[in-house]
Amino acid sequence: MFGVLMITLLITIALVGSNMDTILKQGTVIQVRTEIAENPAIAESFSSVKEFEDFVQNQIEQRIIILGLDEPWHSPQRIGFTMYKILLLDFGHATFLTSDSGSSDVKDIIFEKLPRTILLFTTATIIISIIGIFLGALSSSKIGSIIDRITSSFAIISSSFPVWWIGMLMIFLFAFTYQIFPARATPDIPSSDPGYIGALLYHMTLPLITIVIIGFGSWAYLVRNFMVGIMQEDFIIAKKTIGINQKKIVYTHALKNAAPPIITILALSLSGSLGGAIITEAVFDWPGMGRLYFEAITVMDLPVIIGATYILTVFFLVSIFIADLLYGYFDPRIRTSQ
Amino acid sequence: MSSISPQEIKQEFLKSKSGIIGITILSTLVILSIITIVIIPIETFQEWNNPSSWISYPKIAIPVWVNFLMIEKIPEHQILEDPHIQTNVEGRILSTTHQFGVNFEYDEFPNDFIYEFTAKYSESPLLQITVFRPDGIELELISTSLPFSNSETIHTERVFSTDELIKKKIMLQSELFEFDLNKLSTESIVFSKIQNNIPLKGNYIFSVNLHSVNSENSIPESKLIIGGKAFGIMGTDELRRDLAVGLLWGTPLALFIGLVVSIASVIMGLLYGVYAGFKGKKTDETMMRFNDVIYALPVLPFLIILSVTISNSIFVMIGFLMIFGWVGIAKVSRSMSLQIKTRGYVDAARMMGQSDSKIIFKHIIPQLLPYAFASIAISVPAAITTEAGLSFLGLGDPSFPTWGQILHDANTFGAAARGLWWWIMPPGVMVAMTGLAFVFIGNALDTIVNPKLKR
Repeated sequence: MFGVLMITLLITIALVGSNMDTILKQGTVIQVRTEIAENPAIAESFSSVKEFEDFVQNQIEQRIIILGLDEPWHSPQRIGFTMYKILLLDFGHATFLTSDSGSSDVKDIIFEKLPRTILLFTTATIIISIIGIFLGALSSSKIGSIIDRITSSFAIISSSFPVWWIGMLMIFLFAFTYQIFPARATPDIPSSDPGYIGALLYHMTLPLITIVIIGFGSWAYLVRNFMVGIMQEDFIIAKKTIGINQKKIVYTHALKNAAPPIITILALSLSGSLGGAIITEAVFDWPGMGRLYFEAITVMDLPVIIGATYILTVFFLVSIFIADLLYGYFDPRIRTSQ
Repeated sequence: MSSISPQEIKQEFLKSKSGIIGITILSTLVILSIITIVIIPIETFQEWNNPSSWISYPKIAIPVWVNFLMIEKIPEHQILEDPHIQTNVEGRILSTTHQFGVNFEYDEFPNDFIYEFTAKYSESPLLQITVFRPDGIELELISTSLPFSNSETIHTERVFSTDELIKKKIMLQSELFEFDLNKLSTESIVFSKIQNNIPLKGNYIFSVNLHSVNSENSIPESKLIIGGKAFGIMGTDELRRDLAVGLLWGTPLALFIGLVVSIASVIMGLLYGVYAGFKGKKTDETMMRFNDVIYALPVLPFLIILSVTISNSIFVMIGFLMIFGWVGIAKVSRSMSLQIKTRGYVDAARMMGQSDSKIIFKHIIPQLLPYAFASIAISVPAAITTEAGLSFLGLGDPSFPTWGQILHDANTFGAAARGLWWWIMPPGVMVAMTGLAFVFIGNALDTIVNPKLKR
């Protein structure tokens, strides 16, 4: 677990490290130049231009050595130091982006955006899973019925549509043709306003509907397939022969047995949705982690990229871990076999 | 998992409805891409991001077929390159006449008209453009001399309908019309009825005359563009690009990306998983740990970082998609090979002293082939949508415009807000259709390979 986290970080740093160095070095050069420009007395104390340039160069080099930029980014010291800082959630300061409140601390930015992403995608996943489990159980109890066929074909069709494209269509339909929902998902009132939460929820509707429409079909299909497998097992057939009513069998006995894989998938899709959020949030302009990530990449704001990747990976790993634990809890067979 | 012979698979497959639908869509797409590669020259496609090569096309034009559904016909964009050519000699005056017939049957005025020509002459010939309207009126548009030159010269020019000279000339003939011509654009006068300002339908003839005295002249290139609001089967976008070209060329590209990524990652995963499962013990343990590490990496953020920092070339992108594609397949094929390994004939083969590689390739992998084909089909849509997603974020390869990039452009130019449905719908439908074809095929294969799902 921890190893995976470190490897992810290492790869990220390795990928962006050299760029980061160039940017930081340029940053120090500009900083030194402006400091000197602000203080004309320094410039006047030199007799020739060359002497002045030498002094500036000297200053820049000193600054670079102080910051430790003279060593290449792949030196063990610097990687170790960077990793240590990241572990303590100290991502440094963003180069370009700021949070809504104006802070350029990456930690602030991320913790401002993270709740919104979680709000949108967790709500969506919960709605999807409720509809999905219900529909899946329903169609598995009546295999071959119209409901079953519609669910299966809907699952197949919806899984091949990209979510963001459906998003564009939804914006086209419901934001411009019929002006029901706003096109941009970012509320236009400041976050301190008391009506902010209401506005946020209203702006959340369109992305939420889109994600649910695309998602629930494949969920229902998965649940149906698990249930079909379980319905063929001996104990269900035994219950049927005793004469317990079909509905009760499906919703209590069979569903309970299908729980472990369903819960695993729930945990995985929760974290998976956070990663997939990048494109969806870019389409709807939802002010969450995904859009932050996208913005950070377009302007190459490296501290933000590293921080966001770290947080996403942490979430992903934690949910895999939780899924494993839950699986063991719900399915005793796993516990005894180990 | 019992072994199924290829014949049985074929039979079962032909029985399943979704499989047949999938094959039909897929073969349509394949035929479409072959036609595209043959008919549309690759140069047009490589010029996709070069605005100058699309200059004679209209901006955001609606597809032409919309006119079949409309009562009020939208003017089509017409590019006429095939004039009727005449040369006359009258004493010392030599004139070349190019006549373009324009069939105008629409209920709205065109956007503009442009005459683009390259003339070969010496001295200073006179250029005259006249319109013969369906109601018999002859409207003179322009009468100007081309720049003087002593020796023979080649001169290229575009005459726009917004030209001041044309405006003045028409104002001189304003008594022909029964309404006020002020503030009206040239094209809405030329194509208007006399009584009131609504379009006059019928055949127009644009006649271009080049008169020169005592010298040869000719117009080697001559093109009349009637700027309309509808063009081509798929319309055009903000940058005047013919969307049909982009959509058609996107088909072979998407198929290529999808198939290469899925085939390569399935082969990689299969070999990796089978080897790990077959070897067992320490090897298995280490190989599966490595697998877990890759599995735990967040795919999309990594793909984005990789394409930003390393390269956004389409081939590199295909490589990245492969790196993340093989993991799941490796897991499943490992557990399958664990089962097969315990079977009697594998033991027998081992006892006969066959080498490991021979056992793997001759006895284990053939058993997994049906599963492998099903997973190839199932993983194609994922590869295509991931590529489309990356392109949508603007990380695509600009020299290979895919459907995702068309959608990216649509999004940057606010196509949804402006109601440009022909820019948004077709690329997405194409992505979905391609995905659908493979999902159908994959599902049909999957039900055959895993009989448990059938009921």
